[in-house]
Amino acid sequence: MKPAAFEHAAPADTRGALTLLAQPGAKPLSGGQSLSPMMNLRLVRPALLVDVKRLPDLRGALEAADHIRFGAAITHAEIEDGAVPDPSNGLMPHVAHGIAYRAVRNRGTLGGSLAHADPAADWPGVMAALGANIIALGSQGERRIPAEAFILAPFTTALKPGEIILAVEVPRLPAGARWGYCKINRKIGEFAKAIGIAIERPRRLLAGAVEGPPTLLESVDDIPTRLPWLDAAAQRLSGIALQRAIAMMEAA
Amino acid sequence: MREVAFLRSPVAHGIIRAIRAPQGAQVFTMADLTGVLPIRAPSSLPGFRRTDQWPLAQGRVRQVGEPIAMVVAATRAEAEDILDAIALDIEELPAATDMLAHRAGPPIHEGWPDNVVLQALVEDDISDVQAPIVIRRRLRTARQHMAPIEGRGVVARWDSRLGQLEMHTSSQMVHVTKTGLAECLGLAESAVRIISPDVGGGFGYKGILLQEEVAIGWLARKLGGTPLRWIEDRREGLSAQANCREHHYDITVHADRDGTILALDCEAHVDSGAYSAYPFSACLEAAQIGSILPGPYIVPRFRCKTWSVATNKPPILPYRGVARTGVCYALETTLDAVARAAGISPVALRLRNLPSAAQMPYINVTKKIFDSGDYPEALRRAAEAVDAEGFAARRDDARAEGRLIGQGFAIFCEQGAHGTSVYHGWGIPFVPGAEPCQARLTPDGALELRVGVHSHGQGMETTLAQVAHEILGVPVERVQLIHGDTALTPYSTGTWGSRCAVMAGGAVAEACTELRSRLIPMGAHLLQDKDAIFAEGAVRAGNASVSVAEIARTFFRAPQNLTEAMQAEGLDCTVGHKTARDTGTFSYACHAVEVELDAATGHVRLTRYVIVEDGGVLLNPLIADGQVLGGAAQGIGTALFEEMPYDTGGQPLASTLADYMLPGASDVPDIEILHMETPSPISRFGQKGIGESGAIGPPAAIVNAINDAIAHLGCEVTDLPATPDRILAVLASAIPTPADTGRQLRGAA
Repeated sequence: MKPAAFEHAAPADTRGALTLLAQPGAKPLSGGQSLSPMMNLRLVRPALLVDVKRLPDLRGALEAADHIRFGAAITHAEIEDGAVPDPSNGLMPHVAHGIAYRAVRNRGTLGGSLAHADPAADWPGVMAALGANIIALGSQGERRIPAEAFILAPFTTALKPGEIILAVEVPRLPAGARWGYCKINRKIGEFAKAIGIAIERPRRLLAGAVEGPPTLLESVDDIPTRLPWLDAAAQRLSGIALQRAIAMMEAA
Repeated sequence: MREVAFLRSPVAHGIIRAIRAPQGAQVFTMADLTGVLPIRAPSSLPGFRRTDQWPLAQGRVRQVGEPIAMVVAATRAEAEDILDAIALDIEELPAATDMLAHRAGPPIHEGWPDNVVLQALVEDDISDVQAPIVIRRRLRTARQHMAPIEGRGVVARWDSRLGQLEMHTSSQMVHVTKTGLAECLGLAESAVRIISPDVGGGFGYKGILLQEEVAIGWLARKLGGTPLRWIEDRREGLSAQANCREHHYDITVHADRDGTILALDCEAHVDSGAYSAYPFSACLEAAQIGSILPGPYIVPRFRCKTWSVATNKPPILPYRGVARTGVCYALETTLDAVARAAGISPVALRLRNLPSAAQMPYINVTKKIFDSGDYPEALRRAAEAVDAEGFAARRDDARAEGRLIGQGFAIFCEQGAHGTSVYHGWGIPFVPGAEPCQARLTPDGALELRVGVHSHGQGMETTLAQVAHEILGVPVERVQLIHGDTALTPYSTGTWGSRCAVMAGGAVAEACTELRSRLIPMGAHLLQDKDAIFAEGAVRAGNASVSVAEIARTFFRAPQNLTEAMQAEGLDCTVGHKTARDTGTFSYACHAVEVELDAATGHVRLTRYVIVEDGGVLLNPLIADGQVLGGAAQGIGTALFEEMPYDTGGQPLASTLADYMLPGASDVPDIEILHMETPSPISRFGQKGIGESGAIGPPAAIVNAINDAIAHLGCEVTDLPATPDRILAVLASAIPTPADTGRQLRGAA
């Protein structure tokens, strides 16, 4: 299980990264926690890896009055540990703590997870539920994409060729606003079979970790109509996850 | 060092039409391997059908991952690039993937009438048995991967100075590997040396002669001196190498109204995979089912018919617990159904059918000799530890709150350290004889123990050193255990069958005793007192003493102080050990489990796990605990997680550890172990083999607990592993509209 030959480049700034990413077969590398296993299995064979993990523009968190802007290369561990501020009254550190294993969290990044767009991952749903915006950077400059519209299909995002995720802007939940999060998976560290997220003020319910994009709902009863691509068992599991998230929120 | 990689079959069954290698690449196929014989592991049991397993495929492939060609390159990545560039033309044939559906054929081996490797029958016409309770169950255990932390690996070179193939390989039985390799390569055994350093777990996975070992052995000789390396990656391990455990049972228990077993009737199938793995053969599992199915119970009448079926999957190997895990699962879950039908508790049912301590040694219906023990007492202690009497009330209270909890028991015996007569009966290519140990004193008074068994993480270095200390008084830290190298150790069939503590432990004791008998006259001579005795590491006469170290120093460095005869004797000796009777020690255990079941998601949480284990006299209780705990973790994997599924085309559906679920630390509860120590009358110190025990009980005990939690709904889990999907499916079969909370389940009850 060794990857096919590839080139590796570590540009000094985002401008350099975008130039390199314009080359055919180029792919950005952030934490590599999904990309490198797929390369080892030779399921993906990029000609060039553009290492964006250390780019200064992708690091750190900027606080604004109504939101926090996270660099895309912030790791799950940094969110888990509180090394960056939390706009979500504890939801983001809680979620980060449950992503895979610590070894994965030490390297895996927020932006990388979103760009990979595995619907069974945690961040796509959480960002959509929080009403976050994803800041994409391309040759034309920055553009904002609402997180709930970011994943088009499994492993397919609204990013255009050559674009990278620069940052994620997460609105601050009102003080004291509660949330509930339920991930159903076989065992700790595994990808989810279903995710339910409930947030108060504004009340948002989201079903995630399914075979399609995470989906905002009005109520649990919407699941069959809003997630018709799921089989009955998966719909049921999504409903259970959501009910449990609501119960957790209400008990908080 | 050059890297070797293997081109492996992408299909489960097919005819190789052409292999075209890229220009200039070092690629070898079976056509190149002149003079190499196939791996053959026949059984002498009547009716057994032999298979030839070529090191590289010879015209036809019968499993995904079967090696077809061998590539050599400077790095593994380059070797994989070459694999990518090889054009392989295979005509795919229909695959036999289900042992029941494909037993009759079409045959996957030329000249066979069907796919039956071996059919065996324990003949007893039980049609005259009149039983008021007749419980029949069809049960399946999953095909598993053994999943050691470290996979297989081979590093080999031809030593032209010695004219010897030196192979480092991850093996738990170096001497058997050497003999098999020499036969396949047409070399004298002196031309092969196998070295197996620390291996990260064996479990049976390292107890097979590999096609890769034969192919690389040939190549190392051909390339003359260039060291070669092949390290199995996880994908190769999961998708290409031997598996274990796939059984199907059609089992019927005939019982009296009070739960007394009257007869046991079973038809069982084992999926043997495409080839007979060396040396244990393709039929050891099924052949064992016929002899161990009655477990620890008094079974008056017994009929059992078994089939080993060849399929287009990797060969099946004996994994920790060998056939016992499946057998225990089949019998113990069916017995719980008998208890429900009889209206008695699972504990009462078992107490009614277990032989008592007064009946020991007990000879059961298949002529197994249970050497010693108190089986009912083990069950009573386990039942008391988990408050079995009060559990029904707790279960009902939980149901009233909408929670599903259950309690389950499993009791089993583990025949260990069984020897010549037993394996001769199974007719496999290697029959263990006396287990040898060479004990050597060194001039500085330290002791070397050379054994043919292998330590692969079970702490044998400590246990065997303790035994030596017991006999010779040499401090444990001055005892060096040497193992895993055919050039340095006496010939042995290696580590398997829970043999180490009993057989190697006995051998160490014998060799040290022999050494002691040589030391005593030397010490007496040095003390000039013919009545000197040996005690606490020294030969003593009154207040004078001469230690083992002083005698060793004298022997090697000042022999003039000994008699001529003593100088000629030597302070090393190799002694073989057999138990007083070689039918094996019978350790046994009772596992008691409590679970809480989430009826909405099908998830199972183990809330209590108690094991009462009788391993005879424990040489080292901590090591025994480690063995039991590690085995139990694997058994939890069998019960709840591990499954190597195949599609109808024979493609493995779990080729990474993201798909193949292993239990993690958080899936293993705090396991409480309560020891009983009933000495075995046949072993050197009364010890019994328990190396596999922990892996045998969990699936039966856990599924019994699950079924205890859901039986009131009119459903039962029958197949392993008891995954959330399977649990939800059986719940759905009982409740027409699956409910999202336990509340409706209570209503359904």
